[in-house]
Amino acid sequence: MDIVNEILEKEQKKAEKYKPITVEKHLDVEYDLGTLLVYDTNDLDSKLLDSNSNRDEYLQSLSRDNTQLLLNKIWELPTERIDEAIVVRLPQPTTVLPRSKPVPKPKPLTKWQEFAKAKGITKQKKDKLKWDEQLQKWVPLYGFRKAAAEKEKDWLIEVPQHMDPMMDMYEKKAGEKSEKVAKNELQRLKNIARSRKVKIPRVGLPITSDKASATQLSTAAVVAKASTASLGKFQDKLPKEQEARGKGVHELIPGKERKRRAPVPTPQVEKQNNLNLIDKILSKRPKIDMEKAVSQHIHKEQTQRSEEKKSMKPAKGKRKVKGNNATNFSAKKPKAGKGQRNMNKKTPGRKRR
Amino acid sequence: MKVLSEDRTKKLFEKLTKYIGVNVKLLIDRPDGTYCFREKKDRVYYISERLLQLAQTVKPDHLISAGTCFGKFTKTNKFRLHITALTYIAPYANYKIWVKPSAEQQFLYGHHVIKSGLGRITENTPKHQGVVINTMSDIPIGFGVAARSTTECRHADPLATIAFHQADIGEYIRSEDTLV
Repeated sequence: MDIVNEILEKEQKKAEKYKPITVEKHLDVEYDLGTLLVYDTNDLDSKLLDSNSNRDEYLQSLSRDNTQLLLNKIWELPTERIDEAIVVRLPQPTTVLPRSKPVPKPKPLTKWQEFAKAKGITKQKKDKLKWDEQLQKWVPLYGFRKAAAEKEKDWLIEVPQHMDPMMDMYEKKAGEKSEKVAKNELQRLKNIARSRKVKIPRVGLPITSDKASATQLSTAAVVAKASTASLGKFQDKLPKEQEARGKGVHELIPGKERKRRAPVPTPQVEKQNNLNLIDKILSKRPKIDMEKAVSQHIHKEQTQRSEEKKSMKPAKGKRKVKGNNATNFSAKKPKAGKGQRNMNKKTPGRKRR
Repeated sequence: MKVLSEDRTKKLFEKLTKYIGVNVKLLIDRPDGTYCFREKKDRVYYISERLLQLAQTVKPDHLISAGTCFGKFTKTNKFRLHITALTYIAPYANYKIWVKPSAEQQFLYGHHVIKSGLGRITENTPKHQGVVINTMSDIPIGFGVAARSTTECRHADPLATIAFHQADIGEYIRSEDTLV
């Protein structure tokens, strides 16, 4: 019996050392074993929390209890033994955790992609193989066997009439192709620069002048004019010359710094500025307008003449008779029976018109 | 809403003086508050300071127009008056042309005023003067440019153009979508 007591005593001592594995909770805690999470919805003891001496102890005991509950739950799961170690397969976590890394930014669109998006252009899928009538076989759109097919097709290239007969058309075609590739590469690099917000120098005027537009030519003229030692200050101006305008033109002209936009003036200042400007415009108009003066003169003459006519009204009944004139036609239709009639004269009625 | 550059302000006032002469001052120097010209997308708006301040609370992208559209600057940087400016031009116009009722419709369809449709014309109208076109009952229906001076009109033949059409109130219907 001594041994039994000893053992019991030992066990009791052990039990004292370790706290019990059962925990009493007013409300059941929520578990998410996948993330090893216990969520305790019970109220905290505010009295204990406020007291300085017991706060740590209280929190420690609370976390121990909850940890105990979690471990109890884990032990309920089916266990396995792998390499002398007891392991548990955790279920799928139910709590959604926020991601640790920022959301990746969408890839910046190329200029064409942006344009296509704005215009609603969608890419149309093309077949990889296309039937070639001339070769009577399927030719790939690009890639393997395309070049061979092309070579077979273009065994002879006609030289157009207007071109130099000694021109190597194959060389020309290869040149066009390489130019296209170079253009594409340039656009690719431009797109990269755009996405990284790197400033790239403007491409100036085209080398060949036969394709220059009116705006390009006017820009070139303005730039050339300003390209003197005195920045074009003493250059004469054409009568109706206009300064080239447009995006990026200003930066090309030598000596023209980027102007900072003037601050918005106060209403009073703006009003005064506008009034001054109007005064300037009104004063600029010619004092003697030749056209106006001439027309006024004509008007005066006309009124004078009409008044003269009115004052020189002819007396009644003294109207000048302008008869017997071949050119004198009256508006009225001549009627029979109004004039003098000679009965002896045989006339076939009135003259019909 | 941008403040007009000096160059553009000048162009605007030059155009307005063609129609209303010295009276342009009255548009700016008003007793009922300060009014100013503002520009948005090359269009010039005549707007009161109070309304402008309210308009500034709207995001520029969302603001289509504020105030009265007076006209627009063309791509070649010339100013073109719109019919919407008629309300402000008509009362101040120095030179007017009155058209006969029979010619009203012709004008409202965008044709020039011809001699046969001319009812009255202001005395001493010079050539190429901006004029407001009225009906015989004094309702302004548009504006144009005098093709002939008053004295020349007297001797013009019935089909001769008296005033070149610039804008008419028919545009409110005809070019509804491009006006503002």
